Amino acid sequence: MENFLGSLDYWMFLKAFIIGGLLCVIAQILIDKTKLTPARILVIYVTTGTILGGLGLYKYLVDFAGCGATVPLTGFGNNLAKGVIEEVGKNGFLGAFIGGIKASAGGITAAIFFGYIASLVSKPKMKKQ
Amino acid sequence: MKNIETNKEYQEYVDKMSPNSPIFKNCFNAFWVGGLICVIGQLIFDYFVFRGFSEELTGTIVSISLIFLSAFLTSINVFNKIGKFAGAGSLIPITGFANSIISPAMEYKSEGYVMGVGAKMFTVAGPVLVYGICSSVVVGLLYLLFNAQAVMLV
Repeated sequence: MENFLGSLDYWMFLKAFIIGGLLCVIAQILIDKTKLTPARILVIYVTTGTILGGLGLYKYLVDFAGCGATVPLTGFGNNLAKGVIEEVGKNGFLGAFIGGIKASAGGITAAIFFGYIASLVSKPKMKKQ
Repeated sequence: MKNIETNKEYQEYVDKMSPNSPIFKNCFNAFWVGGLICVIGQLIFDYFVFRGFSEELTGTIVSISLIFLSAFLTSINVFNKIGKFAGAGSLIPITGFANSIISPAMEYKSEGYVMGVGAKMFTVAGPVLVYGICSSVVVGLLYLLFNAQAVMLV
């Protein structure tokens, strides 16, 4: 454990904090200043991430900020694009239909599975917020 | 602070105060909560890389861990409170995507397991997946078009 703590790059944490925070601030400004619903903002983020990933630009942000770039939803989009490009390189045309989901299968499956489990264990009528 | 006597004065006061201060506060909260979630992700990432996992696999582990955390906090009704406080700060990280699946799944349980839980899960996540996947296919096709080496494989 001490080795692990010693191996940590604290500069990377600061960069992840700032970039991750800024991506959230952009969305917050969009929420407050426009009439975009959260669903639309998530769609915009994931699509932007895919386009930037497809152009090969998003990886510079990932190199710079690590999880500050991969944890926000733009990182999910980038992951889709990255997976698709990798798979197209391997399998050609078919790869365009395989790569995206393949690369993000873990996250999607986890969200669906944990969501289902949560609905099983929760009481049917939640108190209204 | 001077006394506010007429409606007009009150309106001016509201106009002066309201457009700026909430957005600044919202952005500040979104910034530090969003940043903190990314830092937690980075900590998990560093730990599994330290344990010898590949970086690619670790990316998936980080997603799954944060999604699990989000599911847990949603099911004990804490995530909604964080969301109210942090706004986009908890929406934009993968936790928000997970919450958008988990929260309706719990809420619509009363409408049954198939058309309630099964269908309503994707109210927000559905569009995200549709646009994400479709744009990734377009990226793949364009890459195929502009990359001679990949075209050779067809």
